[in-house]
Amino acid sequence: MRAIKIQKILLMTVLIIGALIYLGPFIFSVIVSFSDNKNLINQPGLITRSGWTLKNYVYIWKDLPFAKWLFNSVLITVIQTITNVFFSALAGFTFAKLEFRGKNLIFGAMMASLMIPGIILIIPKFMLINELRMINSYPGLILPGMVSVVNIFLMKQFFETMPKDLEKAALIDGCNYFQMFWKVFIPNSKPALAAVAIYTFQGTWNEFLWPLIATNTGEMFTLPVGMASLRYELLTDWPAIMAGTILVSIPTLLIFIVFQRFFVQGIASTGGKE
Amino acid sequence: MKNVRWLRIQIKMKRNSSTKKEQQFWAYTFLFFPLMLLTIFLFIPILSSFIFSFFNWELMASDQKFVGLNNYIEIFGDKIFYKAMLNTVLYTIGVVPIQTILALFLAFVMNQKIRGRSFFRTAFYIPAVTSSVVTSIIFVAIYSKEGLLNTLLGNLGILPNDWLTNPRTALISIMMLNIWTTSGYFMVSFLAGLQNIPESLYEAARLEGATQAQQFWHITVPMVRPVTYFVIVMSLIGCFQVFDQVFVMSDGGPNNATTTLSYYVYQNGFKYFRLGYGAAAAIVLAGIIMTVTVIQKKYFPPNPY
Repeated sequence: MRAIKIQKILLMTVLIIGALIYLGPFIFSVIVSFSDNKNLINQPGLITRSGWTLKNYVYIWKDLPFAKWLFNSVLITVIQTITNVFFSALAGFTFAKLEFRGKNLIFGAMMASLMIPGIILIIPKFMLINELRMINSYPGLILPGMVSVVNIFLMKQFFETMPKDLEKAALIDGCNYFQMFWKVFIPNSKPALAAVAIYTFQGTWNEFLWPLIATNTGEMFTLPVGMASLRYELLTDWPAIMAGTILVSIPTLLIFIVFQRFFVQGIASTGGKE
Repeated sequence: MKNVRWLRIQIKMKRNSSTKKEQQFWAYTFLFFPLMLLTIFLFIPILSSFIFSFFNWELMASDQKFVGLNNYIEIFGDKIFYKAMLNTVLYTIGVVPIQTILALFLAFVMNQKIRGRSFFRTAFYIPAVTSSVVTSIIFVAIYSKEGLLNTLLGNLGILPNDWLTNPRTALISIMMLNIWTTSGYFMVSFLAGLQNIPESLYEAARLEGATQAQQFWHITVPMVRPVTYFVIVMSLIGCFQVFDQVFVMSDGGPNNATTTLSYYVYQNGFKYFRLGYGAAAAIVLAGIIMTVTVIQKKYFPPNPY
């Protein structure tokens, strides 16, 4: 009995140290962001002496184009999340429930593309968007990410688990296939749709490489690109930079905490494919 | 009577063929937009990257010359390419095993009945949902000469170091950050795998007097092998393409000490605007990744039995 107790205490200690390592950098960042003293990054504990302030948040909001980056990020993320949910559900439904010529060929090509490392796409995508005169524009930022193969695959897998009777009942009721999709399948697939929405939101919000390449003036940056530019622009104004990092992290953090169960479910059902 | 039956069959056949035609019609309608987007932004770019890699394609220059294999020849003669390759391999070898073992360990602990389990799970997962730019910036502050890490190490009597501008520690510092961010992510994958292991296996082991450690090595590890396979593939692919952290934390420096292959692609394509050369480098990188995953599948299959 005593051995078990010691083991439990040991485990708890390891976990608390672990949690400190995983959360520590964020706590550090929060403290520095409220600091009045620019040199606090060596000993954030000293903030109790130098005093708390909100001026760093005011500064990045008022004197930097932070609000504009936020607008860009929100716009891109919202549009891409909606289109990804809709298109991946539509295409997933088609592959799961409809028979048509070329089905295996198209699906096979999509699966094969999953094996190609994404780095290959960067240069041809840039040249394409450049040819279309869409560099530094919203279409250039949004169009390439409106649908993804992984999401289509996820929705197909999900729809395949839904009973055949559902389709039959819909057909007998005189539904056409769009009505079947919209009125029967969509209302019954909220968990899967939520998983796609959450993953897309998180992926788009945090996406860095494409907006870095597809934009070239400050007012078109997204939050991650803008933050990366601040790192070189503000240099050692750490409190202001940290205030930015905190604001950028809040939406994904909130979504994660509120929808935690979907994250775990989604990873469990796909085997963790991003 | 015969007539009626015949009529019925006729109607049935007609209905069948019409639903088949109908299905075709709806299928192509539904797939039109998604497939158009995938064709333009996925299929065509994959194919065209091979074509670009045979050209001397520069953004500003007006003539695009066909140069055959010259880009590839130049890549394999470039010292920085080998440096980038070495860095990428070191990075992957350093990150993947530690990250995988740590993720499995965290998942094993999280699978026990402990107080505050959901709090700890959330704590370990938060770095994985946070923007890579954000975590990189926070670690730049922590790693900097007057940063927190040096203060903490100073208490132990270790001399301060400028972690990211010292060529000996820059790459390792970025590797540590990567392990910190993704171990929590893969913990969740392992956790899902662990929950599928039947409790009866552990009960039987306990009856035979197996210790916790023995249970871990002889039941948990072999039972989560398919998940382990998946985790290793995903983290290999991720590590080989590491970019965000390098861009934010060190810009490939000091003196190319942190230039990875994907950074090399970016540098050539978007700093020097040598797009054809960059495309060729990306194909070389993709070739390396695909070779490694094939080798892994052969020598470390998900299900060996």
